[in-house]
Amino acid sequence: MTTLEVPLHAIAHGRAGDKGNRSNISVVVYRLEAWNYLLDQVTADRVLDVFRHKGATACNRYELPNLRALNFVIDDALEGGVNGSLSIDGHGKTLSFLLLGEIKVRVPTECLPDGSPYL
Amino acid sequence: MPKVYIGCGAGFSGDRFDAAGPVVDTLAACDGSRYLIYEVLAERTLAIAQRLRRNNPEAGYSPYLDHYIEPILGQAKANGVRIVSNMGAANPLGAARRVLELAAEAGLADLRVAVVTGDNLLAVHSVETIRDLPTIEGIGLADREIVAANAYLGARPIADALALGVDVVLVGRTTDAALVLGPLIHEFGWAADDWDRLAQGTMAGHLLECGGQVTGAYFADPGFKDVPDLAEVGFPIAEVNEAGDMIITKAAHTGGLVSRATVIEQALYEIHDPASYLTPDVILDLSDISVEEIAPDRVRVTGAKGAPPPATLKATISIDGGWLGEGEITYAGPNALARAELAASVIRRRCQILGVQEPVRVDIFGAGAVHDNDIGSKRAQAKLSHVNLSQAKSPLSGEYRVRAAVRSAEKKTAQQVSDEVLSLYCSGPAAGGGVRQYVTEHVSTASILIDRDEVLPHVRAQEVFA
Repeated sequence: MTTLEVPLHAIAHGRAGDKGNRSNISVVVYRLEAWNYLLDQVTADRVLDVFRHKGATACNRYELPNLRALNFVIDDALEGGVNGSLSIDGHGKTLSFLLLGEIKVRVPTECLPDGSPYL
Repeated sequence: MPKVYIGCGAGFSGDRFDAAGPVVDTLAACDGSRYLIYEVLAERTLAIAQRLRRNNPEAGYSPYLDHYIEPILGQAKANGVRIVSNMGAANPLGAARRVLELAAEAGLADLRVAVVTGDNLLAVHSVETIRDLPTIEGIGLADREIVAANAYLGARPIADALALGVDVVLVGRTTDAALVLGPLIHEFGWAADDWDRLAQGTMAGHLLECGGQVTGAYFADPGFKDVPDLAEVGFPIAEVNEAGDMIITKAAHTGGLVSRATVIEQALYEIHDPASYLTPDVILDLSDISVEEIAPDRVRVTGAKGAPPPATLKATISIDGGWLGEGEITYAGPNALARAELAASVIRRRCQILGVQEPVRVDIFGAGAVHDNDIGSKRAQAKLSHVNLSQAKSPLSGEYRVRAAVRSAEKKTAQQVSDEVLSLYCSGPAAGGGVRQYVTEHVSTASILIDRDEVLPHVRAQEVFA
């Protein structure tokens, strides 16, 4: 079995939402084959580490096996959010792609969609 | 089983004005009751509307009302498409009077409009009472000017307004999902404790409330998630039956797509615990929903579960948020990053010299700014580790935009920091260009919980006459 180390972006997509200073980011695998690798490798602790430089203090992970999706809720990830952030993206709308890029996973090639640019 | 068809014409204040046209065309051909919702009322949008109303008692409803309503009103009326929207904002009565004027201009003399009021807590509670309520999100209320205080109403008052037989219902602050659940309660007579059906209706509302975000917009990622004809993305339509089963589809002859993936991304948008999404009508548990593609651009969503709602309602308190001052300047070509870094350090030093007390953020766009923090620690890290950005052997060419930002209670400070970017034209590194400055007044928000009994007795659904 050939395995690759790839950014999470190679096997999953997602969207970020905000409420106050809290961000939620969904992570949804493209292929069923990738689901167990996502569950095993993309932990709440690893996700929290991606946002520590912004001041994040806690991360909860919710599992939605029917949807082959995880929902991460990251406290204090938005440098104050739209109320107080000095970032040009106070909502943290771009942060889904920070997560998808920073987290690396090691997966068999069949976890990637056919014709993926990462193959 | 008969179905109710509910389309969405806008997902935020500023959404495309021409999106609703194809939705109304599609609804007109549907065999069943038809509704068109517009969700245009973010927390800040409402606060701005309160300010507008304070200056002019006739204002305070959506400034885009004419843009959204005028193009479709005649066709909606002719085809029995009833409109439900939170365009009422801070002044639902004013919005209703404006819609009646537009109807009269269009020769629709028999158009009827109702409003829901009672979300405005300042109408019945003192500022002191509100200040004493504990905040659950956002910033504290002590010593801040309260601009607006509005409770999130649920779907029942919207159903009550529709029961008056009107063509248009305008509300202020309700949950976004209530714009969809209200018509479903009205059509199917779902009981107040029919939790699973109310949960499905809320799910439908949550999927529709952001317009194109469920039909391929805010989704496209070329090579990974391709979306046809994003420039003419079709807005969504939910087909719901009495059992609460729903199919999400979109306006005919439009771009975009409805797929398992587009629906799942929107299902989890702004959700925290998926088993416990709180609304005034029901606690939605979407952790076990099934999302199934049954035909091209048709996705069935089932399995939402409901539980009794909390005894409190959430309310948004809008407070004076001071001033945001920003300035931007671009460096391009050979050694551009080093010149941008020098500009950033000049701005920081100048703010020190001027005695600016507030934190100043200096971004360099093109060097990972938006994913970085106020002090640029990721950029600094990259410099120290394998990528020696500013001291590479050959100068790094490229295009970088420097931005400084400060928040202050004082307009003067906001302007000062912004002006420090402007001054780089003559007093900064070589060849800075394209300065833009923004000094804007802001509203901040906090959320509080308030007992239902403090709010609901004041809620009214009433028809408005020209």
